[in-house]
Amino acid sequence: MDLATLLPFLVNVIVGGLVLGFVYAIIALGYTMVYGVLQLINFAHSEVFVTGAVVGFEVFRVLKGVEMNGYLKLLIALVAAMTISGALNVLIERLAYRPLRGAPKLVPLITAIGVSLILQDVLRVIEGFQGRFDLTYTLPGGFANKFCAAESTCAPLGNFLRGVGIDMQLKDVILVIVALISLAVLNYIVNRTRMGKAIRAVAQDRVTAGLMGIDSDRMISATFLIGGALGGISGVLFGMKFGTVNAYSGFDPGIIAFTAAVLGGIGSIPGAVLGGLTLGVIQNLIGVTNILGMVVGSANLEVIDASYQRIGAFLVLVLILIFKPTGLLGKSNVEKV
Amino acid sequence: MSLPSMFDTNRDAKPDRTILLIAFFLITSAVLLASHNRPFLESMGAAGQFLKNPITEAFFVSLFLANVLFAYLWKAAPWARALVGVGSLLIVLPSAGRQDTSLLDLSIQIMIFAALALGLNIVVGLAGLLDLGYVAFFAVGAYTWGIFASPRFAEILRYYGENPGATNAGTLAIGLFLTVVTAASMVYINRLTNRQPPTATSTWSFRLAAFGLVAGLTLASRAAVVLMSGQADSLASGIAPGFFWLFLALSVLAAAIVGVLIGLPVLRLKGDYLAIITLGLGEVIRVLANNLDLYTAGSQGITPIRSANVPWFNSLAGALGFSEEQHYLLFLYVLVLIVLGMILLVNVRLDRSRIGRAWIAIRDDEVAAQAMGVPLVQTKLIAFATGASFAGIMGMIFAAKQTFISPESFNLFQSIGVLSMVILGGMGSFPGVILGAAVVTLLNLRILPGLGEATAHLGLPQQVNPGQLQRLIFGIILVTMMLLRPEGLLPNRRRTRELHHEDNQEDDSVDGNAGALGNTSAEVYSAGVAPAKHEDNAGGRR
Repeated sequence: MDLATLLPFLVNVIVGGLVLGFVYAIIALGYTMVYGVLQLINFAHSEVFVTGAVVGFEVFRVLKGVEMNGYLKLLIALVAAMTISGALNVLIERLAYRPLRGAPKLVPLITAIGVSLILQDVLRVIEGFQGRFDLTYTLPGGFANKFCAAESTCAPLGNFLRGVGIDMQLKDVILVIVALISLAVLNYIVNRTRMGKAIRAVAQDRVTAGLMGIDSDRMISATFLIGGALGGISGVLFGMKFGTVNAYSGFDPGIIAFTAAVLGGIGSIPGAVLGGLTLGVIQNLIGVTNILGMVVGSANLEVIDASYQRIGAFLVLVLILIFKPTGLLGKSNVEKV
Repeated sequence: MSLPSMFDTNRDAKPDRTILLIAFFLITSAVLLASHNRPFLESMGAAGQFLKNPITEAFFVSLFLANVLFAYLWKAAPWARALVGVGSLLIVLPSAGRQDTSLLDLSIQIMIFAALALGLNIVVGLAGLLDLGYVAFFAVGAYTWGIFASPRFAEILRYYGENPGATNAGTLAIGLFLTVVTAASMVYINRLTNRQPPTATSTWSFRLAAFGLVAGLTLASRAAVVLMSGQADSLASGIAPGFFWLFLALSVLAAAIVGVLIGLPVLRLKGDYLAIITLGLGEVIRVLANNLDLYTAGSQGITPIRSANVPWFNSLAGALGFSEEQHYLLFLYVLVLIVLGMILLVNVRLDRSRIGRAWIAIRDDEVAAQAMGVPLVQTKLIAFATGASFAGIMGMIFAAKQTFISPESFNLFQSIGVLSMVILGGMGSFPGVILGAAVVTLLNLRILPGLGEATAHLGLPQQVNPGQLQRLIFGIILVTMMLLRPEGLLPNRRRTRELHHEDNQEDDSVDGNAGALGNTSAEVYSAGVAPAKHEDNAGGRR
């Protein structure tokens, strides 16, 4: 590959990274909202998200033979995943985290790790009873086509994108649109409704919020519901993007999304989105470092392959926490005795 | 006998149980010996099949190990407790192992994990730092021996022999010189800053010297490898087994150094961030082991790894009637037992030392500890390094026992397994974490595979096989312990009080420490402290 083809290649890598970044952003929102109200890393969120992916897989599998608009199928999958993941997240909070309010911080954290492990095996066994482990998505026809290849109404847009060297599949575009809609709805709920105001109050100071007549337990449940629903959406989107999920595949996106949340400033919703997009691009660039190494003729870069993506996320995390622990958009938080 | 009374650590309040202890010891020993005696089992027919089942075996082994636990817990004559402890571990268990080699193997595994759990207990239980990448130190110890005592070493020598670069004897001299000078200046600066407050210059020259030290060591070791490359053929299967003893010390050192290196950047972080960062760095070490093909052979793993050559021990074992192939395992059994004993001793002594107190102070309240003059980073680093060094030495023994290591032996899941041992037994409690290690290892190596065998005829899909439900088991252990008994099965008394902080606020003034304060001063104290505590519970954060 020479430099002339390298530029469009890089543009595609970055665009692909941004698409992926929307998935990470939505997962990161789940982490960041829960952290905002409870100061707890919800390790189980990665499994809540995989649950969404599994539900999405089941919906697409059941609807495979049904004659129905592909977008309607996607909508059903999204709603089902949101409902089940949201309910699961609320259940986890009720059963595992609520009894531990006020316990030393280590205790709910270890519980969260335990819940995450339990869910991994429960998901594996549920699917395992049907002899499945790797779940391959059967997407409605056309989702994997090139974006706006034939349909005359939007063909100019698709032609324009291909003209500047950007290759997108229809499902990538759908993914970005779904993510943007979810972000808009989330923004509305958090900033424009009474419930959102109450959630923000609880996140700021639970005791004072209680004095103002806010039922903080209910608001924490609401936060888990919203976070879980976002997890469900991101699960379906993740399944669409990668095509295959299994019960254990929550770990990597979970870590990356958590890093994204910290990068943006934990507790900050715009921060999570910014962090997610950044991490998506970084991940994709690490994934092609070996190709870049071949181009510039560096043997050292050629060894770096996709297995370093995880390391990349962790290194970003370490660097942020050492140099700017509040993240890009976070507020500084002085510890009081 | 109810469960609470069996596990109560308050020994003096109970009746003397010498006879009970001896009786229990004799019965369980007889059962253990009988259930591992192959000819006897075969003569029993169907009942023998039942006794051979891994689940029954796990049951008998845990009953037998309960001896040691009861010898520790129960009130009994000192001679009886010593007899049961020594007799179980040094006589009965090895004799049963002579009948059934897999029992020796199982006991070694249990003790290796007990040592790991003790090491993690220092970090999590005493210093209160949640380390999710603990198994990385185990890996460092294993690879320290694995690389040198296997054909890998000759491969590395050959590679550097063919690609010497600009390295020669002069490089070695420069490297050694740099090492000595920088190390000396680090010591000098350190002494200087002990006498007078450090300045920006002293801090930066210290860092510069540290950098120089790393460079010097790299140069020197690279030069040494290149100069040794001629020896590649004579070292075809690794360095001489005689180095085993030297490497026992080196693996401790290597793991401690890695502990400090990992700890330095991350120990400033608060609890939950620390957890996820250590998890990450543990993964980084595993991915590096997977990718540095020249040194670690990547995912294929290193094999065969040598072990110590101990003819005197072999002849002793032979005289005791152990078969040829058991000599080696018996040697490792004794070695692990000794090392575990030493680790336990170090733990107990550290717990009662100034450092141990500092760890507990940090765990209880970091800000308050700092205000009392506990140097935070230094104290945490010592905890990290100590915990790491235990994992390092056991990692090396593990490599020598398995004769094969690959990055897969050191994944995140192993770290969580060790964590669940600590949680199950009780954070901060030494007998507790050993108990936790025994229970979890038995679950992992006997009960789960046993369940898998038992359900094999049901024709379940492979994914549903109960033999593979380790995650579920670990998860259930973590969650149920945290919800129902966060202090663990064999709790440390002080830790119990902390975790049931809100239940017994009222009797703060009458229990152990606070009791020493007079009644009046206790009242003054609670007047000042109570509102803060109340807010703590409601707000749930510090």
